Amino acid sequence: MYATTYHRPASVDEAVKLASEEAKYLSGGQTLLPTMKQRLAAPSDLIDLRHIDALKGISVDGKHVRIGAACTHNEIANSDAISAVCPGFTYLAGHIGDPAVRHMGTIGGSIANNDPAADYPAALLALGATITTNSRTLSAEEFFTGMFETALEEGEMVTAVEFDAPEKSGYAKFRNPASRYAMTGVFVCKGADGSVGVGVAGAGADGAFRSPEMESALASNFAASALEGISIDPSGLMTDMHASAEYRANLIKVMGKRAVEQAG
Amino acid sequence: MAEITMTVNGRTVSGTCEDRTLLVQFIRENQGLTGTHVGCDTSQCGACVVHVDGKAVKSCTMLAAQANGSEVTTIEGLASGGELHPVQAAFREHHGLQCGFCTPGMIMTAVDMIRRHDGQLDEHTVRSELDGNICRCTGYHNIVKAILAAAEEMGGSAKVAAE
Repeated sequence: MYATTYHRPASVDEAVKLASEEAKYLSGGQTLLPTMKQRLAAPSDLIDLRHIDALKGISVDGKHVRIGAACTHNEIANSDAISAVCPGFTYLAGHIGDPAVRHMGTIGGSIANNDPAADYPAALLALGATITTNSRTLSAEEFFTGMFETALEEGEMVTAVEFDAPEKSGYAKFRNPASRYAMTGVFVCKGADGSVGVGVAGAGADGAFRSPEMESALASNFAASALEGISIDPSGLMTDMHASAEYRANLIKVMGKRAVEQAG
Repeated sequence: MAEITMTVNGRTVSGTCEDRTLLVQFIRENQGLTGTHVGCDTSQCGACVVHVDGKAVKSCTMLAAQANGSEVTTIEGLASGGELHPVQAAFREHHGLQCGFCTPGMIMTAVDMIRRHDGQLDEHTVRSELDGNICRCTGYHNIVKAILAAAEEMGGSAKVAAE
């Protein structure tokens, strides 16, 4: 790791003042620190966001869920309040990385990184979540702009994630057995108005995406069998040493069915 | 440079290190506590697991500066008064190690998992909770056995204490 200077601001304003082109915000650090150790990133300054109270806390008001950006995967996975209204989301958080990673990694850090194999983007797209930053509020669709890319401007930070809990939700993923990242993960949800959201992680060459084919198939019949007849177009899916685009296309269907079964 | 003060195994310690110093380096090189191991150095293997403010974390993937002001427990902090911690004793009893390199991380992970599950563990849960800890010699059979035995013993003693 190249030399860097560590900062521990106590407020969002203080953190933003420290930001610069060469600096990086540090949340749980479960991706950033390994990246720095490999010298793939060399920020001049690290601005630790874990001690800012405004970024902490989970609140659930009726069906409305608000999660502070600095909440760890473990806090989300163990939130009884979220689990009561959106069990698919807590299940997802509880299957990121491993227990030690979940104790450090945060939702804000994960979505700001937008790793194509990260889990949250699929759920936030499917749920129609909004992402609040220190300066504005964006829809998930606007926020996730491509592989490792988001709409965040320089010095802008995620402060919270919000969504209205659906009636049903489920997540299923096929993990790469070595890295534990999703080779394909599918989040499904069904709203009280009958609307269906399907988000896919780990498969798209441009990051997570919604699957309109699966959404329309499930809108008319929210059952695993409804996905039987559909076929997923492999163009636009990732091919790497672990799986071809065609293999991932099939995994999307298989994980989609499992997610629907889990949603019940 | 960072001025670090933290509690390690109940003792307040201070030291100066570079801002980029990893927690595991601070523990091993600055504090001389070499029970915490560096295996893969890429947050996969779990040999470096310690507890920071009561939670198991990979100390190769945390800066010492991030842990400034925290309470850290390492493998050296488990035994008390010459008596092995129940998880350590169970690893010995059930031969949950061969070369021993992964053992400190396995035990710190096990202590954390037993606490989070209130000692209510089954084999499937133990195996999935060991997701972030890799053993390259024994296989996991005796490690799982040791953790289940320790959970039962600790759960049992917790019940006695509550009565």
